[in-house]
Amino acid sequence: MPLPVGLLALQGDFEMHRQALARAGLETLPVRRPDELARAGGLVIPGGESTTLSRLIDRGGLRAPLREFVSSGRPVLGTCAGLIMLSRGLVGERHETWHGVQPLALLDVTVRRNGYGRQIDSFTEDLVLTDGLQDGGPCRAVYIRAPRLEDIGPGVEVIARRPDGEPVGVRADNVVGLTFHPELGDDGRFHALLSG
Amino acid sequence: MFPWVNDEAQELMRRKIGLAEMLKGGAIMDVTNADQAKVAEEAGAVAVMALERIPADIRSDGGIARMSQPRMIRQIQDAVSIPVMAKCRIGHFAEAQVLEALGVDFVDESEVLTPADEHNHVWKWDFKVPFVCGCRNLGEALRRIGEGAAMIRTKGEAGSGNIVEAVRHMRMVQEGLRRLTQLRDDELMAEAKTLGAPVSLLAEIKKTGKLPVPNFAAGGVATPADAALMMQLGAETVFVGSGIFKSSDPKPRAEAIVQAVTYHDDPARLLEISMELGEAMEGIDVAAIPEDERLASRGW
Repeated sequence: MPLPVGLLALQGDFEMHRQALARAGLETLPVRRPDELARAGGLVIPGGESTTLSRLIDRGGLRAPLREFVSSGRPVLGTCAGLIMLSRGLVGERHETWHGVQPLALLDVTVRRNGYGRQIDSFTEDLVLTDGLQDGGPCRAVYIRAPRLEDIGPGVEVIARRPDGEPVGVRADNVVGLTFHPELGDDGRFHALLSG
Repeated sequence: MFPWVNDEAQELMRRKIGLAEMLKGGAIMDVTNADQAKVAEEAGAVAVMALERIPADIRSDGGIARMSQPRMIRQIQDAVSIPVMAKCRIGHFAEAQVLEALGVDFVDESEVLTPADEHNHVWKWDFKVPFVCGCRNLGEALRRIGEGAAMIRTKGEAGSGNIVEAVRHMRMVQEGLRRLTQLRDDELMAEAKTLGAPVSLLAEIKKTGKLPVPNFAAGGVATPADAALMMQLGAETVFVGSGIFKSSDPKPRAEAIVQAVTYHDDPARLLEISMELGEAMEGIDVAAIPEDERLASRGW
């Protein structure tokens, strides 16, 4: 019996991820405490508000355990705010302490939060995927107050782009980060990456 | 699910509901200026509601309560990176248009403001900006969703510091949802007539047992335990209006309510986060508020 996929359930759309993982045939485990993280075989950091997630990670004593979890090589998926938390830093912030967001620096990318604007600028669009993900036809992506990827480090592979070529999904070893929300659609191919 | 609108409006609705999904498991706080908004963001609020006067003051000041000054909302948008919500009067679609032009992330068509239309609510499908609306029971929730609301909240009794009405409204909605899952198909139309709600939404809920949009709590939350109570009764996020900035200790109280939402089912943790707090806002017995001054009875 494989270990369940942990869902970081501090704040955000973790319930949508639970449903998406269930459709992919994967068991899940909500994670709000370090001991729960130790029982997970993979991890999803969901969409939500990065300012809130960052603070709850620290208040819950989860920063070091999360870093150890990712270093252990188990599969990790971060969407939207989850990608922001995985990144090594933010750009384009007006506030010098980034409104209190302290990324975990587990993925060698920088991110611009709310990169397209406010909610009225949110959009839906088809993705252009790399070879390994193309099976299954077109993939519709939902972007909600989405971040944009800025600097992408040399060890990081782009796995999804917008039609104009802009990178929106990346992978480095066991860590996948997406600026959009596959959990809000019914396409399961990104969640299948967590089957390990 | 919404056969009365076109495909484009339905795809837009997915993004509107999408933002509401991102706000789940959080606390949304009323703020009246940029400094309060920063306190809310630092405490971990998932969004702020920008308004000139919090409900407790609207209640004591009297007069006509309208949409807030756009300049004040803009200052709050400039101060924080979390979503900024603002209220329009029930049925006042021109106020909603102004708020959309300002780029607010959510519009609350709110009974806290003086209603502009006693018969019609805003047809929310006409907007790109998502709307949240209050309800007292399932029929009211489904009428608002039918008009295009992407998030539902209990009305509670805003500005009272008294959770009793929010509990009543949340229980009414949950009871209505449970009841629908028990009905036979041939009973759905009669139930739609009773509720005054679209039958297509009833048919969907019969299958899922849930509202088709997130269901949040509002109106009377003053303590971490109030937030935990509403979450355990089925709320997915909590709005806190007067409860924070009318208390003796806004910053620690705001932080405590954020954590109480996340750890709502962990009494040991709730005890720990409630331990150091000062005085909560002074409350009002809802029964002592005359019928015609109760905010929850505005709208239908």
